Amino acid sequence: MNVLFSLLAGLVFGLGLLISGMTDPAKVLGFLDLAGLWDPSLALVMVGAIAVGLVAFTVVKKRTLSLLGLPVHLPTARQIDRRLIAGGLTFGVGWGLAGICPGPAVVLVGSGDARGLIFVGAMLAGMGIFELLERRKA
Amino acid sequence: MTVDWTHFTPYAAVSGGVLIGLAAAIFVLFNGRIAGISGIIGGLFRPGTGNLAWQAAFVAGLLLAPWLLHSVAPLPAARIEAGTGTLIVAGLLVGIGTRYGSGCTSGHGVCGLSRLSPRSLVATAGFMLAGFITVFIVRHLFA
Repeated sequence: MNVLFSLLAGLVFGLGLLISGMTDPAKVLGFLDLAGLWDPSLALVMVGAIAVGLVAFTVVKKRTLSLLGLPVHLPTARQIDRRLIAGGLTFGVGWGLAGICPGPAVVLVGSGDARGLIFVGAMLAGMGIFELLERRKA
Repeated sequence: MTVDWTHFTPYAAVSGGVLIGLAAAIFVLFNGRIAGISGIIGGLFRPGTGNLAWQAAFVAGLLLAPWLLHSVAPLPAARIEAGTGTLIVAGLLVGIGTRYGSGCTSGHGVCGLSRLSPRSLVATAGFMLAGFITVFIVRHLFA
């Protein structure tokens, strides 16, 4: 059952990315280009998503079990450390170079976009490098 | 700052955003999980946790979304300006950065801000700032 809801959530998420314009890298870069002709659309994507998210997370915070009876896994980390900041900044540089973040990247692959596939291949390689470095440290 | 009114799409942006929020809501209410896409994809590198099935299902949903939309409407344009080299460098940075920073636009930007997490606020401010600066350098300093 949780697999079914996971599939549904992925589908709705992907539709939202497509409809909002997040899967069009040129539009994303238009939002990130404050000094050029600035397209504020993506700020409204965040507003729409967070408006709904606020309600859902307010409800969930009071629960220990989900509606399917599964344990609620909310992040427990609280510390604002170098990993968080350096990771966020690194991601932002990549996002600004191509205008693609992980969700839209996967949707682009689903659209059959060869360039999306190149990006996702590199992104998976990056995640693999992270795993290797983490395992070496452990 | 000059606003690009001709490309401004407020209704599509808000309705797409609401769908994204709805997906995150479905996921946390029913599955009790954060819809953080880099974390879900990164989880595929760690088999044996018992999470593989729902992680793969979420990714499958993302992959199938364009096909579903295409059956009722033409797919929106995806204009990728970056060349192959840039795409590879960008992909590597996004892959490494999102895993080190424990999240991306979905996990920190949508879910994290929705649950009022200070950590996510810092991460989101970080990747937005880096994105703004990168585009400024690429488009205005080296153009």
